[in-house]
Amino acid sequence: MPPPERTLFDKVWDAHVVTPETAETPAVLYVDLHLVHEVTSPQAFSELDARGLKVRRPGRTYATLDHSTPTLPPDANGKRPYVTTQAEAQVTMLERNCAKHGIALAGWDSADRGIVHVMAPELGLTHPGAVVVCGDSHTATHGAFGALAFGIGTSEVAHVLASQCLLQRKPKAMRVTIEGRLREGVAAKDMALAVIATLGFGGGTGCVIEYAGEAVRALSMEERMTLCNMTIEAGARAGMVAPDATTIEYLRGRRHAPKHFAAAAEHWLALASDKGARFDKEISLDATAIAPMATWGTTPDASAPVGAPIPAPRNESEARALAYMGFKAGEPANAQPVDVVFIGSCTNGRISDLRAAANVLRGRRVKAGLRMLVAPGSEAVRREAEAEGLHRVFLDAGAEWRLPGCSMCIAMNGDTVAPGALAISTSNRNFEGRQGKGARTILASPATAAASAITGVLTDPRALLAETPHA
Amino acid sequence: MREPFRILKSRTVVLPQSSIDTDQIIPARFLTTTSREGLGKHAFHDWRYDVTGAPRPDFALNTIDPAEHRVLVAGDNFACGSSREHAPWALADFGFRAVISTSIADIFTSNALKNGLLPIEVDPGTHAALLERPGYEVIIDLENLELRFANLEPVRFRVEPFARRCLLEGLDHLGWLMDQEAAIAAHERAHGLKGEP
Ligand code: SF4
Repeated sequence: MPPPERTLFDKVWDAHVVTPETAETPAVLYVDLHLVHEVTSPQAFSELDARGLKVRRPGRTYATLDHSTPTLPPDANGKRPYVTTQAEAQVTMLERNCAKHGIALAGWDSADRGIVHVMAPELGLTHPGAVVVCGDSHTATHGAFGALAFGIGTSEVAHVLASQCLLQRKPKAMRVTIEGRLREGVAAKDMALAVIATLGFGGGTGCVIEYAGEAVRALSMEERMTLCNMTIEAGARAGMVAPDATTIEYLRGRRHAPKHFAAAAEHWLALASDKGARFDKEISLDATAIAPMATWGTTPDASAPVGAPIPAPRNESEARALAYMGFKAGEPANAQPVDVVFIGSCTNGRISDLRAAANVLRGRRVKAGLRMLVAPGSEAVRREAEAEGLHRVFLDAGAEWRLPGCSMCIAMNGDTVAPGALAISTSNRNFEGRQGKGARTILASPATAAASAITGVLTDPRALLAETPHA
Repeated sequence: MREPFRILKSRTVVLPQSSIDTDQIIPARFLTTTSREGLGKHAFHDWRYDVTGAPRPDFALNTIDPAEHRVLVAGDNFACGSSREHAPWALADFGFRAVISTSIADIFTSNALKNGLLPIEVDPGTHAALLERPGYEVIIDLENLELRFANLEPVRFRVEPFARRCLLEGLDHLGWLMDQEAAIAAHERAHGLKGEP
């Protein structure tokens, strides 16, 4: 008999078990929402075709174009500047596959198009208590709603398309409790980097993490998405936050919110972990001790407070990372000039992120010779930003204002950082060459990235926020 | 049906770096493909080739015959990062049939097992011994879940039982899942989901 007290994760898991797991076979787990993009889906659709299978629940499948799409506008003839014909072929193939199988696609002509993990919550597609999957590891983002959301491979994309189910062994449960409140000028991104630094790269392997505590409760939905988004960088399967009033207010009135909203909301509130529910592992952090963070290595766990000296390498791989980045232990990372600043991605490409960056930039200029690129996370974010005049702030400061997409986060659409160049990026991965072959990446919050764009070196945004610039 | 995997006798290739992420295994710019095939030539691309595109003579993958070296021994915490199945596709297409490390990322493991590539986690002692012996001959016995070597003690390893059965019998996961139709339909009925119109 399972214990009567259940975690949020237990409750969502239990409600989706089609057949329970046994020693010989994994559980068959039902999927409520399947998000699809152009890069990890073509081979899955081909698999269906090869077997003569159809999509079981097209109505629970939703597609977008984001990864290999250009962020520059089409030319006078309407031709989009794809990086390669292959990239274009991927998009065409998704358009064709969606048409053929009756799947809704937020394509080029759609006002909904955006990075998959930005778009789905905006449309109200992500519901608390749901199982959400996508052929993309940052699917963890949707856990901010109290959904069980995780990335899958392309074979599994085919599994879900054909059966609406996945074969899964139940992961372990971990709770990360963050007490206290974040200080002024410290962002959810800083919290995420601090959590990953605490857990270590791979420290969450095999686990679903529930984020709890006062600091997490105080976060907006967009901030919770930033936190859950980066859960995968500690190796965990998924991150979750229990639904509360913040969740309900965010979803109210969204296009795909449940019809019987009050009843749904009541059900969502009951999903919170029961008192006394057992976690396989627990850690806690103090939010008041978190400062603006920046990575110094080539894994997201290798971070330190902005301005703090880089710690001495503890092993060969950290030494290798320092050598790749060209940093020295004992010195702060702001000894080096920054070449590129990127604001965007499913981690920090939402309207609140653009506002945070614009707040720092307003009335200031990007350092001469530094390239700053801003890619809103979705068409909706772009519209909202332009309505507020944020794009003017960026353009006036000397930054580029692009179309929505993954852009420099994964650098597969032609938006790349040159070999050897140093970039400060609001995205989620600082792996060697992630933003272009030989590119060096520092991960930071939108405010830190914007502050650094002005000074030309890694900069704590609180210093700039304290003084008012000349307009 | 793919080729069943029972016993593999092969030599190792060693990449000792820890935390080799999926962007190293297959850089994102090669993900614009719409096929599963042909990614082997891009495996570890940015480590394997210099700026002119010429193979680096000192890089391990450029010094071996892939037909004889089908086991990759990698540093700790292998294949973290992206869910891209292109990573195991690239390794399998290059010729690998197994990867050995002390810890291997969850999504990669799940993806690899669906592509006839066996991820094996070993204890730090065995791992250290393997790292020191590039080109070492190993026998991977999936039936008995045992790794055997010429001069080292054999060690046991774990594989998720269903994935193991699929590898041993050349079964495929999707076929098995499609056979669960009755249970899936019952779950949908119980949760108020009607059939497609
Ligand atoms: S923004 Fe980056 S991390 Fe997010 S989905 Fe796109 S490529 Fe992946």
